[in-house]
Amino acid sequence: MAIDNALDVGTRVNDFSIKLANVNGTGSASANSLLMQAIFRMGIPVSGKNLFPSNIQGLPTWYEIRVNKSGYTARALDYDLMVAMNAQTYAEDIIDVRHGGYVMYDSSWPLDPDMQRDDVTFLGVPLAKMCLENFKAPRERILMKNIAYAGAVVAALGIDVELVSGLLAETFARNERLAASNQTALRLGYDYATEHYACPLPFHVEPMDANGSAILVNGNEATALGCLYAGATVAGWYPITPATAVMDNFTRLCARYRREPVEGADPSSPESHRNNYLILQAEDEIAAIGMVLGAGWSGARAFTSTSGPGISLMNELLGLAYYTEIPAVIIDVQRTGPSTGMPTRTQQADLMLCAYASHGDTKHILLFPANPHECFEFAVQSFDLAERFQTPVFMLSDLDIGMNDWVVPELQWDDAYVPERGPVLDDEDLRGMAEFFRYNDVNADHVAQRTLPGSDEKGAYFIRGSGHDAYGHYTESPEEYQQVVDRLKLKHAASAAYVPSPVVERREGARVGVITLGSCDLAVREALDVLSEAGIPADFMRVRGFPFVEDVRRFVEEHDDCFVVEQNRDAQLRSLIAIETGVGPEEMHPVLAYGGFPLSAKHVVDAVLSQLEN
Amino acid sequence: MPSITKPLIPLAPLAKNELGLTIRDYEGAMSTLCAGCGHDSVTAAIVHTFWELSTPPHMIAKLSGIGCSSKTPTYFVRGAHGFNSAHGRMATIATGANAANRELTYIGISGDGDSLSIGLGHLMHAIRRNVNMVYVIENNGVYGLTKGQMSASADIGSRPKKGEANLLAPIDPITLGLSLGATFLARSFSGDKEQLVPILKAAVAHNGFALIDVISPCVTFNDHEGSTKSYKFMREHEVKEVQTDFVPVRTEIRAKIPNDGATEVVMHDGSVVRFRSVPTGYDPHDRLKVEEYIRDRQSRGEIVTGLLYVDESAKEIHELNDTPAQGLAKIPFAKLCPGSAELAAMQKDFR
Repeated sequence: MAIDNALDVGTRVNDFSIKLANVNGTGSASANSLLMQAIFRMGIPVSGKNLFPSNIQGLPTWYEIRVNKSGYTARALDYDLMVAMNAQTYAEDIIDVRHGGYVMYDSSWPLDPDMQRDDVTFLGVPLAKMCLENFKAPRERILMKNIAYAGAVVAALGIDVELVSGLLAETFARNERLAASNQTALRLGYDYATEHYACPLPFHVEPMDANGSAILVNGNEATALGCLYAGATVAGWYPITPATAVMDNFTRLCARYRREPVEGADPSSPESHRNNYLILQAEDEIAAIGMVLGAGWSGARAFTSTSGPGISLMNELLGLAYYTEIPAVIIDVQRTGPSTGMPTRTQQADLMLCAYASHGDTKHILLFPANPHECFEFAVQSFDLAERFQTPVFMLSDLDIGMNDWVVPELQWDDAYVPERGPVLDDEDLRGMAEFFRYNDVNADHVAQRTLPGSDEKGAYFIRGSGHDAYGHYTESPEEYQQVVDRLKLKHAASAAYVPSPVVERREGARVGVITLGSCDLAVREALDVLSEAGIPADFMRVRGFPFVEDVRRFVEEHDDCFVVEQNRDAQLRSLIAIETGVGPEEMHPVLAYGGFPLSAKHVVDAVLSQLEN
Repeated sequence: MPSITKPLIPLAPLAKNELGLTIRDYEGAMSTLCAGCGHDSVTAAIVHTFWELSTPPHMIAKLSGIGCSSKTPTYFVRGAHGFNSAHGRMATIATGANAANRELTYIGISGDGDSLSIGLGHLMHAIRRNVNMVYVIENNGVYGLTKGQMSASADIGSRPKKGEANLLAPIDPITLGLSLGATFLARSFSGDKEQLVPILKAAVAHNGFALIDVISPCVTFNDHEGSTKSYKFMREHEVKEVQTDFVPVRTEIRAKIPNDGATEVVMHDGSVVRFRSVPTGYDPHDRLKVEEYIRDRQSRGEIVTGLLYVDESAKEIHELNDTPAQGLAKIPFAKLCPGSAELAAMQKDFR
């Protein structure tokens, strides 16, 4: 039986968004990413955003998929199809669907008449009933419901069912029984939807070739890969959402790529291999950064991964690292603060915390990746910068980048890459020197030479977080103290030329400029296209590193109206630009989204238009 | 911390160790601690230890936190690589340094404030990880640099120079270490170099975390009548029933040790710790018995010193992690980076 889809929103191919409302801990996440992966494999630009609670089981969770042939894959705020699988949130989910949209729900139970809307089409699929009839084990009946609704969505959106079937076969290649159950569930949903509704719906997918050699990867995994490729050997960390997966992935990758076989050893014995890495799960973030400093002092590439609360704890030793000039890489996967905040929600609110971390006068190097591809590249650059400038380097990712799968260009590696180690003296260098002093700016580039523990006695020195002079000796003399901290300031400024430069895109006749950073990238670009069509061409600048290059100040000054788009309440990027470049904060209008969900183009367009009107 | 270079006064020819170095080569800057400070005696014992062990100075990493005790690495082995870190955090930095380069000998100097208050968590976890290092607590029951506050190791009833007697139970690093699976626990007295030097040597030889709690009186703030960390109190209440000798790796000497029934522990590097005398029924490998003995003596107001517990069979941090004998920091980059072909291959799974 096929019924008419009452309200036609017009046929749209490869341009729509759907939202799936689930209960967390029921296995829906894998069904949702299956759908996204299938659309990706069909060559269509796509994004998936997991909007999940800080909870293990039982609370509402959502997943949004946006399909867009033009590559606009930032978060959309209106939904053509709501897959309403959580009775607790039916009311709000049904309201969320756009006029003329569709709601798919589990029709094993009747829908409350109060929930009805005349301007949307309800697609009932008796998921629980079908799973009850087809599966025996209670757990399986719950899990397979997810694959069954995925099957119905596959039919509704015109996704290639054979492709989905193939993905399931890949996933469950090692478990025949699970593979069979999944295939059955997929067909249950798919067949039901096909038989009962006019599938595909007016908005649906058709194969494209837009993805080329692109990959589907999350930022935390890409970051871990960057650390692996950069040659990091020591990591100290403490579990924290949303950064934990960085170290989970690094651990897995090291087990795969850093085990060196021992020649002649019995392959079955524990002595058969040596691990060219050491990952330390610390007692807290203070210890984690302490371990990184110890390892960095000793010449290893070392890093920690954490989120805002961890950075707060690390502040003390970050000042030690800054003042004693020890290389360290800190991956901050930002979440919503302050305090515990919303641990599973995204934000860009650690800028000021990281830029000036620790007491006293400190300034740090920051990198702002916009997506997993840049996470990989910037992670490697972080180690180079940390050693070149002998200082902590922060890579500020966020939950949206870190925990969601993104379609990004394939990662590339140049086999000619040589790690930047900075001015490290070995015993031979020392032999040729009359004397060695740790904090002497001998090359007049603000970076002093260092030695590593184990080097010749001539290179031995005493690291101290207390006042020291240019020779590394204890001092309480104002002049000697200032000489060192003044050099540190110059050193920080000099690093501007080495951090990733801003991405700038100009439009003809633009009098408006928009500055942004990190994961705002896609939403802002989309917004600028919308504004351009509305007759407001705007220039675009995405800063990718701190300290800022001179271009940032110039960009602000060049534009009659300059907007700074970021995901925090206090306009931290705007403040940082104002403090560090000298342009007045009144020269920049803040555009802020900080509720914890990823930015959408609509946020930017609305804010820019309303401020231009005033 | 301020430091004054020590004048090198030419004396009669000094004895040389295996490396041809004299004891002067193991000294550091002039101490700026108060005259009579117990910590200076510990420094002297450390100088003596490394000189006698012929440890190459540049292969020593000396670390500390913040406090009077943490100033002392400046005063020994000037050719060693030093790190005066932050209050309570030395164990974490030593852990990372050791993780990166296991080839050095690590010695951390700390105090009771540094280790038993602000850094207690880090100390406990360094014990659990069995980081291969010597960890000395110069324990005086008092915060010296901030002028005399009681610390977490002060005994109940012990009186500060000014103010009320301490009412809180002390934290004892030795019984704490026993409960955490520590592999080397010793207590000593800064006034007893004869006991401390062999213990330090055994600690250096130990394969794992060697904790030495040295009662080291503070002459300025905690050496008065009513203190339980004073020279006088220690001299009157110390019990030295557990006595050890340290015999370095020299087969010909090892062969000469008379087998008189005393326990011998062969250390990882082949050196020997010989228990010269122990109380009846005492077993330095039995955590329960050691704790019972210490607590029994404590209840009588006595302080037990000596190398109290040792387990040379446990795996240290690198053995637990199957890392190579070479320091991780020295592994060539080519061995660490999987290269472009592998990156291309693994990305097949990202589609």
